[in-house]
Amino acid sequence: MDAMVRELSYAQAIQEAMAIAMDMDECVFLMGEDIGVYGGAFQVTGDLVDRFGSERVIDTPISELGGAGMAVGAALTGMRPIFEFQFSDFATLAMEQIVNQAAKMRFMLGGEVSVPVVMRFPAGSGTGAAAQHSQSLEAWLGHVPGLKVIQPATPYDAKGMLLAAVADPDPVMIFEHKLLYKMKGPVPEGYYTVPIGKADIRREGRDLTIVATSIMVHKALDAAAALEAEGIDIEVIDLRTIRPMDKQTVIDSVKKTSRLMCVYEAVKTLGIGAEVSAMIAESEAFDYLDAPIVRLGGAETPIPYNPELEKAVVPQVPDIIAAARDLVKGVR
Amino acid sequence: MPTEVILPKVDMDMATGQISRWFAEEGASVKKGDVLFEIETDKAAMEIDAPASGVLRDVTGKEGIDIPVGVAVAWIYADDEIYGAATKQDKAPISPLVGEMSTKSTEGGAVPPASQSVARPSALPGISPSRGEIGQSASVARATPLARRLAREAGLNLSAISGTGPHGRVVKADIDAALSSPIEGGVSAKRTEEGAAEDTALAPSTAEMTPPDRPLAGHPPLKGEGDVLRLFEQGSYELVPHDNMRKTIARRLVEAKTTIPHFYLTLDCELDALLALRTQINAAAPVKKTEKGDVPAYKLSVNDMVIKAMALALKAVPDANASWTESAMVKHKHADVGVAVSIPGGLITPIIRKADEKTLSTISTEMKDLASRARSRKLKPEEYQGGTTAVSNLGMFGIKDFAAVINPPHATILAVGAGEERAVVKNGEIKIATVMSVTLSTDHRAVDGALGAELLVAFKRLIENPMGMLV
Repeated sequence: MDAMVRELSYAQAIQEAMAIAMDMDECVFLMGEDIGVYGGAFQVTGDLVDRFGSERVIDTPISELGGAGMAVGAALTGMRPIFEFQFSDFATLAMEQIVNQAAKMRFMLGGEVSVPVVMRFPAGSGTGAAAQHSQSLEAWLGHVPGLKVIQPATPYDAKGMLLAAVADPDPVMIFEHKLLYKMKGPVPEGYYTVPIGKADIRREGRDLTIVATSIMVHKALDAAAALEAEGIDIEVIDLRTIRPMDKQTVIDSVKKTSRLMCVYEAVKTLGIGAEVSAMIAESEAFDYLDAPIVRLGGAETPIPYNPELEKAVVPQVPDIIAAARDLVKGVR
Repeated sequence: MPTEVILPKVDMDMATGQISRWFAEEGASVKKGDVLFEIETDKAAMEIDAPASGVLRDVTGKEGIDIPVGVAVAWIYADDEIYGAATKQDKAPISPLVGEMSTKSTEGGAVPPASQSVARPSALPGISPSRGEIGQSASVARATPLARRLAREAGLNLSAISGTGPHGRVVKADIDAALSSPIEGGVSAKRTEEGAAEDTALAPSTAEMTPPDRPLAGHPPLKGEGDVLRLFEQGSYELVPHDNMRKTIARRLVEAKTTIPHFYLTLDCELDALLALRTQINAAAPVKKTEKGDVPAYKLSVNDMVIKAMALALKAVPDANASWTESAMVKHKHADVGVAVSIPGGLITPIIRKADEKTLSTISTEMKDLASRARSRKLKPEEYQGGTTAVSNLGMFGIKDFAAVINPPHATILAVGAGEERAVVKNGEIKIATVMSVTLSTDHRAVDGALGAELLVAFKRLIENPMGMLV
């Protein structure tokens, strides 16, 4: 029987996924700052404290390092904690637990234990939250073997990938773009998973492959729709997982289109675009490239507070349109 | 170990060279320092000495083919060394680069049979494009990885395909166009005898000249050799393969005219004072004893004086003595004047360095030496590379006025017309004067209109008041 599909917001989809996971497995519980009565900085946990009680929806002290440490410790004992950061920027405070502990335990203990922790990071700019609350640090964590790092771009994927993350035996870091929380989309009722490590071709095309992450997937799709009128046919790949990356989907696409552009909000330098570009240059798709690879990423600056500047430092739809047009028309 | 004889890099942007002549044969004894062979680079011929003494063996670098820089062209075995010690594999004869073979093979107009070695350039020993300097050279086509692969698979010579992508890059569309044109230099690996018959069937017709995928307005763009050749009846022409100089000239001129925003300033200069001074100076030349008897120590030409005047004008207007680069203006401290010299098969621009500091007689003597060595292609690279401006003189042909193409890194070039008697109006009266028109081409990025005009006026003042060149 097909599950009933409704329109849910991205935040509602996450909340539903957490509720389903907690219903299914009593080892699943939530931790984070102000996720209980307050409902979370972005109201993602909402009223879950009323449904599951304060023993399973735990408000932690204002210490990311402490909270992350508790989550990692609980996971080591067999629990399946979902730990929410108020802002992904605060991952910096918890790096010891994430990078040195969660990512390493399975390896250093000979595979005897695993760390099935899920950490959720509200990320990205666009909310006027300024430099310390607007960053996109997913590539930092994507650099660490032992972690899985995902960036769902739709409500459907947010739910399905969170459920896949809870079921995963290893630490999974979920970067949720704050501007996506209110975006609505079709979400089936009940339990389903969207696999980690598998990219999604959001739109097929033959002239150019755009590999995008998170909110940039939507901007890339808007750009592709606009360029359709000019006869430019763009394929948009939603990478979804940045570690482990789905290389084959990108390689196959570039072999088809012969052109590659990477669009991501994080600072351009040393980011996901560099990784995807280098991966393609090293792959069999190299011999299919008919134009230089282009990256569109964030400017080399902290995110400004001024809302106009804040928009200006990350790729916007017109930027993608212009860059894609130049690339396909052979201007660059 | 035998000593490798490599094709040396004798020119800054040299990627390949041709051995025009060997002075020693296989098996000959050579002494270190003996002239071993002569190489022809883009613009010059140069003699290369033996790097060691011994017996010359395994001469793999044949005359007249393009050989990448750094490739071993022979080995010298010391007298006590046993021949055959080195691995034979390294010593297969160097095959010609594909471009060379393809152009040669089209002589006579027939489409040659496919050849394995033509189809797989990268498999040739020692000339994989990834080795040595060849990848950076302009003589190697700029192409996308996809275009390279498709060309490789189709056996097409990339350098024979003109790229329509950015910076002349060969892209997939260019390969497609080359493959779909009926005659493409005869290099397609697919072309067989049947292919040749097919080509004849596709001989030019009006329908053929405006294929549907080409713009219909005006002429279709001519991309490759095939596009040009199809407009002419087979047998109605002779194909002369380009030598390196011709390729370099073509490349540099296209680069200059497509990247430099040229503009032009023309002025008439009266020559009578200059001609009188020249006669006076030449008459006063001391006599030098030579084998051919007594000759004057110098004989100034008008062009020598033009060189000097241009150099002094640049000194007087130093802002015009510049080179454009993306990040900064290169402001030169000396005026190094290149002089275009026509030589068989092309032209070259040897440079009078610091012409602003040299006397007219020094310039004259130097110019004669440079021109004569240019004609025999014996200039050293440092004698024709660089410079801060140039002079091109077609006055000897009676050309009245023309505009020259700037020779990067210069920001200016002066085109000099013939000195001729013309009617000029002075103070309301018509008089006869010897007048020479000059046109200054300038790179607008480096030299703006007013600055160029200032330079040209300074030049005119020196030409018309030539005593200024003597102080």
